[in-house]
Amino acid sequence: MKIALLVEKLNLRIKCGEDKLDREVYGGYVGDLLSDVIANSAPDDIWITRQAHQNIVAVAALKEHAGVILALGQEPEDDTIAKATKEGIPLLVTDLSGFEISGKIYELMKE
Amino acid sequence: MPVRFENSYPVEGGNFSEAGKVSVEIKNALKKLGISNNIQRRAAIAAYESEMNIIAHATRGTLTVRVTLDAVHIDVKDAGPGIGDVGLAIKEGCSTAADQFQRMGFGAGMGLSNIRDCSDTFEVVSGSHGGTHLKIVINTNER
Repeated sequence: MKIALLVEKLNLRIKCGEDKLDREVYGGYVGDLLSDVIANSAPDDIWITRQAHQNIVAVAALKEHAGVILALGQEPEDDTIAKATKEGIPLLVTDLSGFEISGKIYELMKE
Repeated sequence: MPVRFENSYPVEGGNFSEAGKVSVEIKNALKKLGISNNIQRRAAIAAYESEMNIIAHATRGTLTVRVTLDAVHIDVKDAGPGIGDVGLAIKEGCSTAADQFQRMGFGAGMGLSNIRDCSDTFEVVSGSHGGTHLKIVINTNER
């Protein structure tokens, strides 16, 4: 499923990476502990977190995530947006919790 | 054993804004050498956790990467306080990171065990006298 479809169906707010939304998402991972995400997420995952600081970008870049969704309306810091733009990683925001947004994405991916 | 690539990368303790930069550089270097995606990812995880350890615990350190025909070697040396009980530190969930770092999602106590899981051989040389040396070897013949 393309990220663009997730954005459209789930009303995600795009913070950067608008030109990368045609990338395919093959799975997802939810986590706020960076070592957990580094160890257990997979390439092409959409990563759902409430960490909004710039260090999430290195994790997403190293793990080749398709994009990052910040849950509970967490606004990414300015330097997070700058780094993600440079790395070409879409940053998206939802007001839903990690649990709710994961459930919705899971349902969409099952279809 | 011929060396295909060798480079050292300094890491500054406490500088979270640059965290991950060295790991990305190492991953890109391995990519250029035509190392497989799987090995690139394992090396990148080991490098990232090593980098984060220096940033969280030491004043400075260095990652030295050496690629031979059959392995990626990452040597990590830091000027930190040292690890008094290596067996305990490597156990998942054990962390001595400061609270402010833990709130940022660092210091989950998974760093050394993540490195061990990504390595084919992994050795920690340290002690409470200070300084830590990680010797990480990842074989490039797929396991």
